[in-house]
Parts: sequence; C-alpha cells; structure tokens
Amino acid sequence: MSDTAQSSMTISDDVMITINEMHKWYGDFHVLKNINLSVNHGERIVICGPSGSGKSTLIRCINRLEEHQRGDIIVDGTTLTNDLKNIEQIRREVGMVFQHFNLFPHLTVMENCTLAPIWVRKMPKAEAEAVAMKYLERVKIPDQAFKYPGQLSGGQQQRVAIARSLCMNPKIMLFDEPTSALDPEMIKEVLDVMIELAHEGMTMICVTHEMGFAKTVANRVIFMDGGEIIEQNPPSEFFENPQNERTKLFLSQILAH
Amino acid sequence: MSEQQYAPGTHPDLKPPIGQSGLLFWFRKNLFSSPFNTLLTLTTLYVLYLVIPAATNWAFFDAVFVADSREHCRELGQGACWAFIDNRIEQFTYGFYPVDERWRVVLCFALFVLAMLPILWDKTPARRQMLWFSLAFPFIGYWLLVGGYGLEPVETTRFGGFMLTMVIGITGIACSMPIGIALALGRQSDMPIIRWLSTCFIEFIRGVPLITLLFVASTMLNYFLPPGTTFDLILRVLIMVTLFSSAYIAEVVRGGLQAIPKGQGEAADALGLNYGKSMRFIILPQALKISIPGIVNTFIGLFKDTTLVVIIGLLDPLGIGRASLSDIKWAGLAAEVYIFVAFFFFICCFGMSRYSIYLENKLHTGHKR
Repeated sequence: MSDTAQSSMTISDDVMITINEMHKWYGDFHVLKNINLSVNHGERIVICGPSGSGKSTLIRCINRLEEHQRGDIIVDGTTLTNDLKNIEQIRREVGMVFQHFNLFPHLTVMENCTLAPIWVRKMPKAEAEAVAMKYLERVKIPDQAFKYPGQLSGGQQQRVAIARSLCMNPKIMLFDEPTSALDPEMIKEVLDVMIELAHEGMTMICVTHEMGFAKTVANRVIFMDGGEIIEQNPPSEFFENPQNERTKLFLSQILAH
Repeated sequence: MSEQQYAPGTHPDLKPPIGQSGLLFWFRKNLFSSPFNTLLTLTTLYVLYLVIPAATNWAFFDAVFVADSREHCRELGQGACWAFIDNRIEQFTYGFYPVDERWRVVLCFALFVLAMLPILWDKTPARRQMLWFSLAFPFIGYWLLVGGYGLEPVETTRFGGFMLTMVIGITGIACSMPIGIALALGRQSDMPIIRWLSTCFIEFIRGVPLITLLFVASTMLNYFLPPGTTFDLILRVLIMVTLFSSAYIAEVVRGGLQAIPKGQGEAADALGLNYGKSMRFIILPQALKISIPGIVNTFIGLFKDTTLVVIIGLLDPLGIGRASLSDIKWAGLAAEVYIFVAFFFFICCFGMSRYSIYLENKLHTGHKR
C-alpha cells in the first residue's frame, strides 16, 4: 500500500466511540480490565493478541452483545446502559461481521440484506432491495442475490455478511475475526472488500490476525493480553518498534514463519 | 482390456461400468446380496403370498356390501360384512347430530378444507385474501356446528363419530400450536417469573395422564366453578386436550430453539432487530422447521388420543362402533368395525405424516450449516 492511498483515508476529530475505565467479568472471571479507548470518525483500528485475551469480548461490548459491569461505553454520543432503547439505537448505527458469518440460512441473500432495513429502518421494500443490490455489487456478488447462503462458498458468505451490515448504513463497522474461518484462497476476496471499505472512510474496528491487513489499512494497532490493552500504536511503530515484552513475543511468534 | 490413457487434466466424465447401475443391479444389491439375504427375500415373498390373497379375498372379493343383517351377510358371502358399516355410516360420521341439520356438518367440513388450503399450500391463488377467511373460519365453523343466530341450535352432547374426532383433533391442534410456542419461549425467557410459570405448567401437564385430565374436565371442574355455571363438556375436553398437547409441543419447540446456533440471535441483535422481530423472522422459522417431525408426531398422538373421550361418555367412532356391536341384528362383527375405524385414523395420520415430509423438503434451503 502506497503512502498516497494511506493519506486519502481521512480521520476527523469527531469521537465515535469512547470507552472509559471499562471492566467486564464472566462470573468471577475478570475478562476485561480497565479498558480505555477512544476511536475517531474514520479511524481504522486493528486489535490483535493471543486467543483468550479478550479482543472479541471487547468489540462485542461495543454493541452490547456482551454486557460490561463497570465503566462507560459511549457510542456516537449515546451511553450504553441497560435501557433497550439505547441499545437498539446503538445497534442501528453499528454493523458487525462475525467469524462464522451468521447469515440466516432460511432466507435468500437478498432477504438477508433487506430484512433489517425493512423492519428496523422502515424502508420500503423496493428501496431496500435497490440498496441491497448496490452493496451486493460492491462486494461483487450481485449474481448470487437469489441463492440461499448454504449454496455459497465461505468467502462469498462473508462478503454477503458485510453487505448485509452495510445495508443498514452503519457509522461504525466491527469485524470479529472475519477471515479466521475461511480457506486461504478466500481470505483475499474478503480482505479486498474490507480494504475498499476503509478507503471510503468507514470507521472500523477489526479483530484479526491478518498482519498484512493491519500494516496496510490500520492507523492504529492495539495489542491485548490477559484482558488488558498492553500497547497501541500506528502500525509502523507497532511492528518495527514494539515497546512491551509481551508484544515483542507475540509478534515474533506470529511473524516467525 | 487396457485402460485408455489421458493427459493430466483432460480426463473426461465416464459412465459407470456395466452392471453397476439399473434395475438388475438394484435387485442383486438389495435382495440377493448374500445367502442370508436371499433366504429372507424368499421367505418374505412366501409370507406375502400367503397373506395378501387371503386378506384381499376377505376384504374385497368375498365381502358383502349390501345386506339387511348379519345372517343375510353370511348367506351372501364368506368375507367381510361391510354392509354393517354401510348401514351405520351416518352414525359413524355424525354421531347423534339431528338428521335434518347434517348438511351443516358437511358444509363446515368443506369450508374447513377451503380454510386449510392457503395455510398448507403456499401456491394457493389469492392466498392473502384466503388467509383472512382461514382466520374467520373458527367462528363460522362454531356457528355452523352449534347453531344459534338463525340456525337451529344443536346440543354439543349430540356430537359424535368422526365429526367429534375431527372437532377435538383439529381444535386441539390449532390451539396447542401457538400456546406451545408461547410456553417454549416462556421457558427460555430471561424473566424468572415467566420462566417458572411456564416450567411448572409444562412439567405438571406432562406428569399427568391425559385420562386424568379428562376426568378432571368431566367431574372436578364443577367443584371449582361457581354453582349454577354450566360448562359444556366438549368445551372442557377441548381445553384439556389443548393444554395437554401444548405442553408437549412446548418441549418439542424448545428442542428446536436450542438447536439454533447462538450466532443467529447475535446476528439479529447486531442488526438492531428487537426480541419480537428476531424471534418472528430469524429464530422461530428455523426452530419450527427443525421441530416439524416432533410437532407432527405430537399432533398424530393427539389425534389418536381423542379416542380416550369415550371414557367420559362421549361417543367418538370407537364408542359408536362399540355401541353398535351390541345390536342383536349385527352382533359379532367386531373385526369389520375396528378395521374400519382404524382405516379412518390411518388415513388422517398418514396424511399428516406425508404433509410433514413435503413441508420439510420444501423448507430445505441448501446445505445445513
């Protein structure tokens, strides 16, 4: 990725997500410890770390798939509380892509994409279908629109999942290991879509082990271990000059081969 | 014979070798694959040879279809005396429903078929409008059968025969489905009160035999209700049968709900769908699809269990059959009566079973995940 492309991705000063001294427990187990994070509009953040470090849990807290017990999470000006109205408000603005796609197998690709716009955004059906077609074209599978998810390859399914989220016109996209369940030759097609999305200025938080993606697209890489944010830096700094011992160990392990 | 050689990447699709497909191959593979298998095949053929001609002779060729009494039957032929059934068919169908009003039962059944069409078959013309009719049918059906508002009132105690079976079976099936789904969702609810209530209800109903519930319906309810309230016996039976099968449906549906991967609900949540919409569009359609065999199983069980009402004095086809056997003129024709009643139940239950298979195939969308 050249520097010109990097600079075309603008970051403004509007804060999209603020996380303040957030803690989370599963029963007695302290999964997330004192998380502080601020994400600006248009920022692309990659979270990495060993398994069990709490990366997925952290981004799942942002749209309340997991509940946090202490501290504040403020998304696009709305504070996450137990109030269902707040939660639904935030979920409308935050798209999420899962490791296992989680497409609805009993609905066609088109129906997967139009369900939420029609029933949550109250969009007329024809308009929702036009929007869905636009995004299916963007992820390069308009010809699969009337198939069922079970008839598509993994890479195609994940691209549908991305299109499905985009149909809600979200301000923030969360990616939870989007390429981990894919065959090697399908990873690229999904990453290409994500890179394109980044170039369009989408605010993205991405849990991934794709370090190439982190280097080219992220403007901040966060390393987590044991439920804490150990280190966060721009990718150049992060990869070339890691500060913490644990970060160094992790990088040496995943970049060794 | 030497294999023809192909360069790598150019091998064409070939036909399977001769003798590895087709009818003869099927016979050899499935019926005569080993000496034991051959023996089984031949024995089965011999048993069929013994049973089928005898049974068909009894049921059809030697059977008597028109006669006045059992004696008359015996004079005319050695087989089944279907004349008895023919003689009693009206009673088997309508019970003691007034003869002049029986057209209402027929009309009600015809309208029922019409009402089921859009529900069971999604290619029904004008399905949306038809579904409104389906929604109105319970009221129309009630009015036709019970009367009032311009129709001659008919006491429900005069219901009987297949008509009674259909009324109890269909009402039970139609009402226990929504109640069962609600109970299944209630049992999985985050709200403890709702969860406990649903669980208690399900466990209580499942822990008690249906006959006990029917006895409660026929006797005990009088103690609980204020004196002087008359509460139709059939209505009580309907309530009990419905509650009974809804507890079973609830457990079947709960099994289906648990089979849905957690990610489905999470994806629905992440898209901003609320609980109701997530259940309606995402979770229930998939859970019910998985539950179809269990649901139909429960319905078939319910339909056959309607024969238990004979114990509390309602005359379903079995009860009518037993009563008619005591007629001196036709005494001793138990086989005909029970085979006939069995045939009726078999047709209904087999129909439900085939429909469920059709539905499963229709709802199958590519590979399971």
